[in-house]
Amino acid sequence: MSYFLQQLINGLQLGFVYALIALGYTMVYGIVKLINFAHGDVFMVGAYLGFFAMANWALPFPVAILVAMVGCAVLGMVIERLAYKPLRNAPRISALITAMGVSLFIENFTNLNFVFGPAPRAFPRPFAVRTFNLGGVSITNITVIVFGVSILLMVALTWFVNSTKTGRAMRAVSMDKDTSRLMGIDVDRIITITFGIGSALAGAGGVLFGFAYPQIQPLMGIMPGLKAFVAAVLGGIGIIPGAMLGAVIMGVVETFTSAYVSSTLRDAVAFGVLIIVLLVRPTGILGRPGREKV
Amino acid sequence: MSLLDIRGLTMKFGGLVAVKDFTVSIDAHELVGLIGPNGAGKTTVFNLVTGMHAPVAGTIEFQGRRIQGMRPWRVYALGIARTFQNIRLFGMLSVLDNVRVADHHRGEAGLVHSILRSPKFRHEEKRTTDRALELLSILGLDQRRDELARNLPYGEQRRLEIARALVSDPKLLLLDEPAAGMNPSEVGQLMELILSIKERFNLTVFLIEHQMKVVMGVCERVVVMEFGEIICTGKPEQVQCDPKVVEAYLGVQAEESQQ
Repeated sequence: MSYFLQQLINGLQLGFVYALIALGYTMVYGIVKLINFAHGDVFMVGAYLGFFAMANWALPFPVAILVAMVGCAVLGMVIERLAYKPLRNAPRISALITAMGVSLFIENFTNLNFVFGPAPRAFPRPFAVRTFNLGGVSITNITVIVFGVSILLMVALTWFVNSTKTGRAMRAVSMDKDTSRLMGIDVDRIITITFGIGSALAGAGGVLFGFAYPQIQPLMGIMPGLKAFVAAVLGGIGIIPGAMLGAVIMGVVETFTSAYVSSTLRDAVAFGVLIIVLLVRPTGILGRPGREKV
Repeated sequence: MSLLDIRGLTMKFGGLVAVKDFTVSIDAHELVGLIGPNGAGKTTVFNLVTGMHAPVAGTIEFQGRRIQGMRPWRVYALGIARTFQNIRLFGMLSVLDNVRVADHHRGEAGLVHSILRSPKFRHEEKRTTDRALELLSILGLDQRRDELARNLPYGEQRRLEIARALVSDPKLLLLDEPAAGMNPSEVGQLMELILSIKERFNLTVFLIEHQMKVVMGVCERVVVMEFGEIICTGKPEQVQCDPKVVEAYLGVQAEESQQ
């Protein structure tokens, strides 16, 4: 039983990091109907920004998260302006292919020696790891911080989308762009803000990921990015609570597969989930069936 | 001076000329109808005025300012609001939010204020909410404020569109077939509503309508379009008898029956 609980905690930790990435996928999809495949790489850049903030500039951990969030928000908005905005009225497939191109560009550019370099780096630990024992389940202070920061950010996002003026405009734009324009909303600005917020969350996710699994390298964003994408589809793409739910399920399923079956099967199971969802319920857990989604 | 001055407006979609040399001038506080058979180009005129499309040729002046080709949200901010032929509400937003979101452009408190919930933001948000609630009560929708827009019955959705269009304090209101799909008693209420909001908010109204009862009942002046061109302009009763209008609506048979 305690082994089960232990794995559940591990799974939730992974799931929360996936959730921070999945939210960016789902928000961007909700607004521009684009799967931003470069999103996982924004997450990687966030991990590196956190690394530099702590290792090179000796900033404290909370500030490092802020640095990564701001840096990634800017990166996300720049990607949107340069790569996706010119394709706003092009067929959707053009933007999708461009997204893959942007992803490959970031991965290979950061792999260059004068950028991040291909060698993995050890993510700094700003304080000693402490382990608390709760009835046979050991929880580290790292887990507590990952849980705390992720939950805080998810609550903040939910509040932002549901209770602020900009959030209201975001919801309107996601439902009908033309009508939003005719009702006085600067749709381009809302799209930029959406990319900024989604990327900031991925940046925070990158720092937490490096913090929890302390090794980073330029290709580290690919797998978490793809799994977060699966999570967003699982929960119902375009739906914010769906991304959170799907990501937690993905994290737990993946951890349980490693723990009870075989760790070599965990990626197969993760993508098996995608296939099953697409076969059984393509609109995802919280998605309304029958609505057209691609 | 006229509030809206459209001159030589022309729009083409590929090879199709949707609007050709359309010239109309609307005075402040006037209520003008735009009628014509299906496909005459009426909604295209609205789309051009609101900035949805940029015209191929011609000018649109609003309060002396050229607005053709301007982006839709900027045109809206100048004071032109509209409703839609096929209702276009934000279905998954509440009734209240549908109205409030249309006030988004106004107010200087932007993203940062909104996150920090600064006094300025709260003040603006309260003003928007108060205004939205006032409009909902004028249109008899205040009991529905928390329902999702898509759950409202058809007639109430039409009224909600009008409430949403009014929240920005527009000077010019464009109504695209407001009576479409309404039964005769609803049409009567709608006519009273249009006249009362026109007085109350000092509006200039430009409306597209197929139901002659509405056009003849509320419009001070009627513009008739066919195949993208204006074929006749005048008071409702004059237009009604104009042979070109009769022909446009009833086709050649009208001529035959006259012979």
